[in-house]
Amino acid sequence: MKKLFALLVAALVVTGLHAQQKSDLPNVTVKDLQGKDVNIAKLSNNGKPFVLTFWATWCGPCIKEHNALDEVYSDWQKETGVKIFAVSIDDSRTTAKVKPFIEGKGWEFEVLLDVNGDLKRAMNVSNPPHTFLFDGKGKIVYQHTGYFDGAEEDLYEEILKLKN
Amino acid sequence: MRNNILLVLALALAFGFKASAQSFLENSQVSGSFQTDAQYYRLDKGIDITDLNGKKLGLNGFGKINYTNGNFSAGMRFEAFLPELNGFRPELNGVGLANFYANYDNGFIGVTVGDVYDQFGSGLVFRTYEEWSLGMDNSLRGVRTVIRPTQGVTLKGVYGRQRYYWAPYSNDLDAKNYRGIVRGIDGEWDLNQSIPAMNDAELKVSMGGSFVSKMQDTTVVNNLFYRIPVNVGAAAGRINLAYGRFAFATEYAYKINDPSAINNFIYKNGQALMSSLSYSQKGLGVVLQVKRTDNMSFKSNFTGMENDHDINFLPPINYTHTHSLPSMYTYSTQPNGEMAAQFQVNYTIPKGTWLGGRYGTKLAFNMSQVNDIVRDSIMVNGQMVLNKKGTLGYASNFFAVSDHRFFRDINFEIDKKISKDWHVTAQYINLYYDIETIEGHAGAPVVEANIGFLDVTYKINKRQSLRFELQGLWEKEVKKGYAYDESEKKDYQKRGDWAFGLLEYTITPHWSFSIADKWNYGNPVPEFRDHYFTGTVSYIHDATRIMLSGGRQSEGVVCVGGVCRTVPASSGVTLTISTSF
Repeated sequence: MKKLFALLVAALVVTGLHAQQKSDLPNVTVKDLQGKDVNIAKLSNNGKPFVLTFWATWCGPCIKEHNALDEVYSDWQKETGVKIFAVSIDDSRTTAKVKPFIEGKGWEFEVLLDVNGDLKRAMNVSNPPHTFLFDGKGKIVYQHTGYFDGAEEDLYEEILKLKN
Repeated sequence: MRNNILLVLALALAFGFKASAQSFLENSQVSGSFQTDAQYYRLDKGIDITDLNGKKLGLNGFGKINYTNGNFSAGMRFEAFLPELNGFRPELNGVGLANFYANYDNGFIGVTVGDVYDQFGSGLVFRTYEEWSLGMDNSLRGVRTVIRPTQGVTLKGVYGRQRYYWAPYSNDLDAKNYRGIVRGIDGEWDLNQSIPAMNDAELKVSMGGSFVSKMQDTTVVNNLFYRIPVNVGAAAGRINLAYGRFAFATEYAYKINDPSAINNFIYKNGQALMSSLSYSQKGLGVVLQVKRTDNMSFKSNFTGMENDHDINFLPPINYTHTHSLPSMYTYSTQPNGEMAAQFQVNYTIPKGTWLGGRYGTKLAFNMSQVNDIVRDSIMVNGQMVLNKKGTLGYASNFFAVSDHRFFRDINFEIDKKISKDWHVTAQYINLYYDIETIEGHAGAPVVEANIGFLDVTYKINKRQSLRFELQGLWEKEVKKGYAYDESEKKDYQKRGDWAFGLLEYTITPHWSFSIADKWNYGNPVPEFRDHYFTGTVSYIHDATRIMLSGGRQSEGVVCVGGVCRTVPASSGVTLTISTSF
C-alpha cells in the first residue's frame, strides 16, 4: 500500500514539476451578460494576449482599477490588440446590478459572471482585485493582486513584452 | 496476495504513466493558494480589554492545491485555526483537511465527488459556498452531476451532507452536530442557445427550476413535544428575459412545513420571491429590485441557529458599502421574513461637457429599504394565537408591508477625476438601522444617522501617490448627552458620533503605508469615547500580499453577502500573508 502511495505521490510530484506546459485556462463554465454559457478553457483573443480581472461591484479598489483601465483601454487595444475580460464575482444579491453598473460607469470590457465563485476557486483567487495576463496561447505570464494607483502601467509593460 | 495485487497494480500504473507520460505531463497543471491571518492580542485598558482569557495569539490559515489534467481536476484545502481569531466561531478551533474533491467534466457530463460547491438559480433553495473572511463553509460532501444534453440545456443533481466546522459526517451524533442529507436537482434552459431560430433574436429568454429536499432522521434528536418532519422539500422556478436595453429576472421559491428553532417551531410553509428590472445603455444604468421572503430559512438541522447548516441563501439586496464608517452598520438578512426594495442609478456625465470635464463624472444614487412582513393571528383550537409553537404560526398577506422598518439606506456618490493627478470620491448616506432586530441588542434605540466621506487621491508621480480619507457619522438621537440607562451601558458601545481619518502613501507596485484613526468622540457614555488608532504596512509582489498592522480594532460586524460575524474590540498586531501560484 505504502509503495503504491509513494508511487502515486512521486507521479504527482513529477507531473507537478513538469506542469504549466499548456493552457492555464481552467475547464469552468461561467456566464456572459446575455446569460450565455462561456467555457473559460476555450477563451481566446485570436492568438493575441488577454487579461482576466476579478472584481465585484462592492470592491472599492476593483472599481479604481477598472476606471484606470477604462481610460487606457482603447489605446492599449490599438497598440497591442489586447482584450480585457472583467470577471464579476458578485453573488446573486448583486448580479442583477452588474450590467447597469458597468454600463453606468461606461466600461467597455467584456464582462463575465462567476456567480458562485467557481472560476475564482479554480484560479485560486482569494481577494479581489486579482489580475491575470494570458499570452495568446492561454498561458499565465503575469498576475497581480490588489490595486495601487498606476499599477496598470506595469500590466501594460508586461503586455508589450508579449508583442515582441 | 493482497500485496502482490497492489504491486501489479502499481506496475501497471507505472507503465501506464510511462506510456502516456508525454501527453500526460504536458497536460498536467498544479496550482494553489495560501493564506495566513495571525493576530497577537494585548491588554488595553483604554478600550476595556482587561482580560484576554488566556488567548494571546490567534491564527487562521489555509492552503489549497488544485491539480488539473484536461477534463480531470482534483484538489484539496487544508485549514488551521490555532486557535481561531477573535470573532470567529470557537467550533473552528482545530487543524485538518477541510475540503477535497475530484472532478471529471467532458462538456457533456460532469461528475464531482467530494466537497461540492454549487448554486441553483439565485440560491433561494440551494447554495453551498465558502467565505474565508467569515469562517463560513457549507459545502456538501457527496456527489454532484451535471449533464448538458444539448446546447443551452443544463441539468444538475447534488447529493450529500453539509460541512459543519469539524463535526464528523457520520449519522449518529448529538443534536448540535447532526445534519440531515441534502439532495437536489436543477434544470436550466436557455432558449436562445438551444433553438437555432432564436440564436440572434433580440429577445433573450432562459428559465429554470429546482427541487431540493433534506432528510433528517429526527429520531436522533430527542424532541418530546413536536413531530418534526423527516423530509422537507423546497422548490423554485425562475425566468430571465432581456430585450434590448431592458432585462427582467425573477425567481419564486416555496418550502413545505419545516418547524425549526429559528422559526419557533411553526408549521407554516415558506416562500420567497425576488425580481429585478434593469435598463442599461452606455453611461447609464438603472436597476430596481424587490424581494419578499416569508419563513424561508432552510437548514439541514432544524436546531441550527444563525447561519449554521444553511442550505439556501437569502440574498440581501441593499447597497454594500466599502468605507469604514458607512460599513459599520451593515444589514444582515432576517430569515423569518422581509419585504425589501432597492433602486440604483449609475450615470456618467460624458467627457468634454461642462459638468463632465475632461475625464467625465461618475454619479451613483441608491436607495434600499427593508421592512418586516405583516403577520396576523390565526385561530387554533378556538383561540387566536400568533407565532405559537406547534401551530401554523400566522397568516400573512403577500403584498402587505409592516410598519416595522428594519433598515433604510439612501446614498449619493460622486466619483471624479479632476485632473491628471487628482481624483475625488465623495458620498453622503442617510441611514436607518434597527439595531435591536439586526444585532439582537434588546431595547437599544434605532440608529438613525447621516454619514459622509471624502476620499482623495493625489498622484505625486508615476510611481507614488498619496490618498486621504475623511469620514463622519452623526447620529440623530444617540449622541453626547443622551440619557441612557446605566444598567444598559454595554449596548451603547460604538453608538453616537464618529470621526475617521486615514492617510495612505503608496509606491506602486509594491508598497503601501497607512495610518488611520477612528474616534467615537460623540458616544453618550464618556468612557466609550475612544480612539482606535491603526498603522498598516503592506507589500505586494505579483500574487503575494503581506500585510502587517497594529493598533486597536473597534467592535463591529463583518458582512459578506448579508452573512455577518461580529468582531469584538481588540488591540494588538495582525499579520496577513496570502499568495497564489
